[in-house]
Amino acid sequence: MSTSSNIDTAHTIAVHDHHDDHHHEETFIQKYVFSMDHKMISRQFLITGVIWAVIGVLFSVLFRLQLGWPNESFPIMEALLGGWAEGGKLQPEFYYALVTMHGTIMVFFVLTAGLSGTFSNLLIPLQLGARDMASPFLNMLSYWFFFSAGMVMLVSLFLSTGPASGGWTVYPPLSVLEQASPGSGTGMTLWLVSMTLFIVSSLLGGLNYVATILNMRTQGMTMMRMPLTIWAFFFTAILGVLSFPVLLSGCVLLLFDRGLGTSFYLSDIYIGGEPLMNAAGELMQGGSPILFQHLFWFLGHPEVYIVILPAMGMVSHILATNSRKPIFGYSAMVLSIMAITVLAFLVWAHHMFMSGMNPFVGSIFVLFTLLIAVPSAIKVFNWIATIWRGSINYTPATLFSIGFVSLFISGGLTGIFLGNSTLDIRLHDNYFVIAHFHIVMGLAAGFGLFAGVYHWFPKMFNGRMMNDTLGYMHFWVTFIGSYCIFWPMHYLGLSGVPRRYFNFETFETFNAYGDLNQFISTAAIVVFFGQFLFLINFFYSINSGRKSKTLNPWESNSIEWTTPLNAGHGNWVGAIPPVFRGPYEYGKEGMHVRPQVVPDAHLDNQDEYLDGQGLK
Amino acid sequence: MNSFLGLLIIALILLVLFQVGRALDMINALRSEEEIKERNNHLQGTLFLVFMVLFLFGSIASYFYYQDRYLPEPVSVHGAEISFMFFWTTVATLPVFVATHIALFWFAYKYRNVNGRKPYYYSHNNRLELIWTVIPAAVMILLVFQGMRSWLKIMGDAPENAIVIEATAQQFQWNFRYSGADNVLGKKTVKNITTDNQMGQIWSDKANQDDFITQELHLPVGKPVLVRINSIDVLHSFYLPHFDVKMDAVPGIPTQFWFTPTTTTAEARKLYDNPEFEFEVACAELCGAAHYNMRRVAIVETEEEFNKWAKEQQPTYKALGLDEQELDNDKRIVEKEESEVNQTTDSSTL
Repeated sequence: MSTSSNIDTAHTIAVHDHHDDHHHEETFIQKYVFSMDHKMISRQFLITGVIWAVIGVLFSVLFRLQLGWPNESFPIMEALLGGWAEGGKLQPEFYYALVTMHGTIMVFFVLTAGLSGTFSNLLIPLQLGARDMASPFLNMLSYWFFFSAGMVMLVSLFLSTGPASGGWTVYPPLSVLEQASPGSGTGMTLWLVSMTLFIVSSLLGGLNYVATILNMRTQGMTMMRMPLTIWAFFFTAILGVLSFPVLLSGCVLLLFDRGLGTSFYLSDIYIGGEPLMNAAGELMQGGSPILFQHLFWFLGHPEVYIVILPAMGMVSHILATNSRKPIFGYSAMVLSIMAITVLAFLVWAHHMFMSGMNPFVGSIFVLFTLLIAVPSAIKVFNWIATIWRGSINYTPATLFSIGFVSLFISGGLTGIFLGNSTLDIRLHDNYFVIAHFHIVMGLAAGFGLFAGVYHWFPKMFNGRMMNDTLGYMHFWVTFIGSYCIFWPMHYLGLSGVPRRYFNFETFETFNAYGDLNQFISTAAIVVFFGQFLFLINFFYSINSGRKSKTLNPWESNSIEWTTPLNAGHGNWVGAIPPVFRGPYEYGKEGMHVRPQVVPDAHLDNQDEYLDGQGLK
Repeated sequence: MNSFLGLLIIALILLVLFQVGRALDMINALRSEEEIKERNNHLQGTLFLVFMVLFLFGSIASYFYYQDRYLPEPVSVHGAEISFMFFWTTVATLPVFVATHIALFWFAYKYRNVNGRKPYYYSHNNRLELIWTVIPAAVMILLVFQGMRSWLKIMGDAPENAIVIEATAQQFQWNFRYSGADNVLGKKTVKNITTDNQMGQIWSDKANQDDFITQELHLPVGKPVLVRINSIDVLHSFYLPHFDVKMDAVPGIPTQFWFTPTTTTAEARKLYDNPEFEFEVACAELCGAAHYNMRRVAIVETEEEFNKWAKEQQPTYKALGLDEQELDNDKRIVEKEESEVNQTTDSSTL
């Protein structure tokens, strides 16, 4: 950004709208609502994501009550859900609605927007040395499209026919035919509208991230000097930009089938006591429900990497910083993210081995699916090598990062079972799958999110720190509790217990685990309430947390810690500092910190240098 | 009221923990920063070591604890292939699980920053990284190779002598149609579905005349069975947990799965020491509110028993008395049907 190097104050930068009559004073609405400052937008993403997380996880607790104690009645359920839980007993229709909403909310609103949206927005400009995103306006739109998507989904929860209830994958024909399920009525329409808005949000965000990373790095910030967080956000954005449009096309065709009488996904159907006819009075034929599955999973699989890559990037950054060692094998880490990104596009049909797809096609997807284990393994080994002989400081962020590595190992290894089509005959759509993807994608990404929040909280909220003790308690409750929830699900899987069952009592084969289901549900309740340790800490610390004594509380090398407290729109007062080295040279030549912004000649007196430059 | 009290207690616990956290932070403010840091590092590093022991012990011991509830060895020929694959995948992954967790948590403990620990500057090692790229890649290729071999064998063409059975799903039940003496399923269309003709069979197709429909899945032991799977409304999945059989039922696109049962129901009852035992048929793809309720019983019997049972079943064609109707009338219906039909269960997508 050579254009901004001679600009003095944050309030007159090029990216800022000029309103001379305002004397650059931002109104409340400009500052907190329709803000174009990436820092404010990241806070908006985070707080919206946190609220959705509470709703999404609460839903899972409600349906876990049903699974743990299928014959009990819970007055609290009736109080919350009214007619959907008459007499305190959850109705099957609404059980499926809760499952569907839990999946949709957690995957899209929490782990995509809440995680990637928050930290891409916060860190891309700050860690690259940019005043803001390439287009602050599109960035603002990206948040408000996400917000609108959330509002539409929220409205769908209050429909008399209930929200969408065909699973988060919304497979047709179930999701097309209102006669097949009440949730496939207006609830499904709103789901599709919400998802369309969400995809727009994702695309606006993603294009912005790619453009910013490619064009707006500060002087000296070559690609190979970028923190791994940025590499992760970069490939995440590429994945999103290339795959979300495919989901959009799938959703549009679904809308056509629902509203315009087309039959892209419909063929030979007899429902509601009659064959399904088209407008010309002929039997609907020729459509393929499998087509939707291809379109869905062409996003759906990259989506899990959209969720996990940012977490990987942040964990890499946090582990290096808090072990006081370089990330082991920086180039290998970059290459493995790249390899994961490429392979992520070539594995989608491993969700469809049992869908009736040609089995020969399936075998090609086995190959690519198992190959993706290789770059994943490299990353795990490199994380472990990073903490080896380090000097580890246990902040809550470090704890969550180490927890992340453990979860990624546990959940990743079961992927080697599921990615093999031969084993998928046995394991497909049973609890083994639930255990696998919750551990490797849900929990691991969630841990990445927590690690990121604890680590960058002082950057987000003007030098305030979160309470460490509460952070430690939060970690251990969540880490132990989550393993207690999801580890036993492998055993349900080995007994063939299928997922998405409202009640197991009909089948003798699936009904052997009453005690274990109660254990899982109890653990889920404990973990849910454990999250309030985080929520209280988070919201309390925003205004009342302990003030950090320095700008750079974790003694980090990367440049986001050189912006002043209460930085305005534009981040740095004065010129953006140039960068002289990579972000991970901890301990090189015995030096504790080697900030990216300090030239070699001044490393020995870096404090004075940073003071002189106004960066400390 | 109880749940309200429960929530109140949880709120109080959270409040106490919050105050404890704040108090500890205030006490810490009086200590030197280095001292607090070392105390935290020591405690958290040690907790990881404790966790490692409990986690590795717990995760492996619990596997054995629940062992008697897992599905027994599959009662189908191809199920043995799947068990073989499962075993070798476990052999490949379990040591990695244990070793990486020991390394991770041991390092987390050993290299905690106490007593002024100095980190060792070590940024990369190409040879080491090459080793841990090549070894996983080689293991994966072995697994892929074995996986593909089994997969293509299981999914390959059914033997010529396989008995053809059709499983049709609808909300919320399975129905089975047997192909009768000719071992050929007659054509059908959803347009013909009535309360009498629940499969929508096309009576002009002679192959339909000996087809019979049941709600119990009867299978002869030791004989290959080809199940043609289809649905008349939404997606379902034909799932026989004990046989390692699973395949989606897709409206408009017939799918199939062939397998050979190895154990009769009577033998299984003895084997599992459960005189009430039944093999069950379930649905494994979300299909609506009663998805969890699509149970049918599968009965595996000797070939003689199976043949005897099959002979006793009455074909729908006969049950409806269609064979006695006037030929003229029959012919007229037939012509009308033929002009409209182009979807049959015989068309293959594979």
